[in-house]
Amino acid sequence: MSAIFPKWTNRLPMMIIVGVLLVGTAVTAGVWYYFTPKYTRVGYQPIQPVPFSHATHAGQLGLDCRYCHTGVEKSWFSNIPAASTCMNCHNQVLKDDPRLTLVRESAASGKPIPWVQVHKVPDFVYFNHSVHVNRGISCVECHGPVDQMEEVYHAKPLSMAFCLECHRHPETKVRPLDKITDLNWRPESEAAQLEFGRRAREEWRVEALQNCSACHR
Amino acid sequence: MAEKATPTLTPPPVPRELERVPLVLNQRGFGWISDRVTAITEGSAPFWWWAAFIPSVLLLGLLGFMLAYQITTGVGVWGNMHPVMWGWDIINFVWWIGIGHAGTLISAILFLLRQRWRTGVNRAAEAMTIFAVMCAGIYPALHVGRVWFDWWLFPFPNSNGPIWPQFRSPLMWDVFAVSTYFTVSVLFWYMGLIPDLAVMRDRAKTKLRQFLYGLFALGWTGSNRHWSNYEKAYLLLAGLSTPLVLSVHSIVSLDFSVSQLPGWHTTIFPPYFVAGAIFSGFGMVLTLLIPLRKICRLEEIITMRHIDVMCKVTLATGSIVGYAYAMEFFVAWYSGSAAEQFHFMNRALGPYQWGWLPMIICNVVVPQLFWFKWFRSNLWAVFIISIIVNVGMWFERFVIIVIGLHRDFLPSNWGYFKPTWVDVCTYLGTFGLFFTLFLLFVRFLPMVAISEVKGVTPQADPHHPLGGAGHVERIPDDNEGATSV
Repeated sequence: MSAIFPKWTNRLPMMIIVGVLLVGTAVTAGVWYYFTPKYTRVGYQPIQPVPFSHATHAGQLGLDCRYCHTGVEKSWFSNIPAASTCMNCHNQVLKDDPRLTLVRESAASGKPIPWVQVHKVPDFVYFNHSVHVNRGISCVECHGPVDQMEEVYHAKPLSMAFCLECHRHPETKVRPLDKITDLNWRPESEAAQLEFGRRAREEWRVEALQNCSACHR
Repeated sequence: MAEKATPTLTPPPVPRELERVPLVLNQRGFGWISDRVTAITEGSAPFWWWAAFIPSVLLLGLLGFMLAYQITTGVGVWGNMHPVMWGWDIINFVWWIGIGHAGTLISAILFLLRQRWRTGVNRAAEAMTIFAVMCAGIYPALHVGRVWFDWWLFPFPNSNGPIWPQFRSPLMWDVFAVSTYFTVSVLFWYMGLIPDLAVMRDRAKTKLRQFLYGLFALGWTGSNRHWSNYEKAYLLLAGLSTPLVLSVHSIVSLDFSVSQLPGWHTTIFPPYFVAGAIFSGFGMVLTLLIPLRKICRLEEIITMRHIDVMCKVTLATGSIVGYAYAMEFFVAWYSGSAAEQFHFMNRALGPYQWGWLPMIICNVVVPQLFWFKWFRSNLWAVFIISIIVNVGMWFERFVIIVIGLHRDFLPSNWGYFKPTWVDVCTYLGTFGLFFTLFLLFVRFLPMVAISEVKGVTPQADPHHPLGGAGHVERIPDDNEGATSV
């Protein structure tokens, strides 16, 4: 039989196996790292029309989150305040500062400031702020240390895995209701957290909801 | 020396009526077998091939158009509508996948049972299996509606929790059953092809054919070591495929019987489905091979004995199916369950009686003709009955699915199912896919397992009066010596 293939092709199967293994590992590792919200969402920090500093207002001045986001305890939606809320102070403080031009215009005209939304869940996810906040889930669990952010960035992945981590073990995250907006609150110890968490789950009837329609309604 | 010893070594003559019909008629030699089987793959394609291929490709185009229409518009283009949420999609899925089963039975179970006649038909039957499973696979993949999420059917680590498919659902088992079945069938088919691909390579006249057949022949030389490895691998794959013959359609049947619906929720379903699958599969094998053996002049390799045996398998499995139908009615009566009894009365006498009657006639009554030798040896009769079998098996799935769903426990929930033109055209299109692939197979691959058929000829057996070293001169030249058995 005349040779149809040159001799080096004998090594081809091994080369293909090794090549597929290498490429396969690289692709798997790449997808694992780059294709999840941990990479694609965390760190997202759009340029906002007004460079509002949460670090100054919530951190340094100690404003409660609910001073501005008034709907968070009552509604599925945590609202962005109207410019008139800003003007409660800023008609006295920094009243001529050029950085606040847009705020003053908005308060005068009633036309909202075009803030860029940072934290979004997809349309097929139902998320209710009030039910979380009223059952001991702090702002910090999903939004990160906002009181230390100059401008807000995406601190947590907000992936389904992220949601389920807590939905599977709510007792590790629930906290006293008066500490919800205290972003720097820490439990005394892990044991204390678990003890409180178990009691809270029982008394507040916090369920570990994992059925699809809990969120995908 | 051999000449001298012959008188004492010759076995006593076998009485004529006990003599077995040889598997290859007219004592054909090895070279003749290679020539005859590869004839259709060499030279220019005959007219009949084009005459069959062009309509097939057109139908395949129709399938492509229908699938594109369904994907871009939604499953609403099919007739599936409350209360019959499984319509032609699942009927045709079960029908096609059932057809596949004959190939695996022939190639695996009959191999383990040492049924030497399988060698004449196993290659084409396995090809039929693979193409039928491909046609079947289209339906579950498409009926989910959002085809682009089909990969969610498989368990893989993900950033959604991770969450996993519902392992307790038979629909999930189906994914594994069908994908395993397809993978093992392709492997088994390809494994068996390797020595024959080497034949094709060695016969090839053009560089391209040498390259392509050579590539897929994987450097086969026919050495003892190759044959030893090959036989072991073949046996292992046959062992792996054997449970699949029984498991795949059992699991398909669990899609129905795990539910609580009268007419579906029965323990008889797995064996009944497997028998039905083999029944329809043999029907399809006969439908394909009867014209093929004629056109490709393979009557001496796929003999009347092959046809006869396959008719008997069809008769046996058809009778099992008939028994299962009867048993369903008996159990409905014996159970005392009003819902079950209503379902079966509705099956036979309800608005879909026109689907139940052809099922009984085609699957239970007509195959009984195979008790008579006249029908088994009349090719036209066998051909027509084999088609009737598959018509009947289509109606069986129609009866189970549509009659099962259209009237459940709640009369206000009743309805009547009608397919749409998209259902019909998609089904026709799957025939396009099937026949396009099958005709390409016939044209480019040896449709009979050359080396295996040679292995069952008398001259391959060294102890046979016609075979062995002493009678080498009687064996015609083997022009692809590398692959002689």
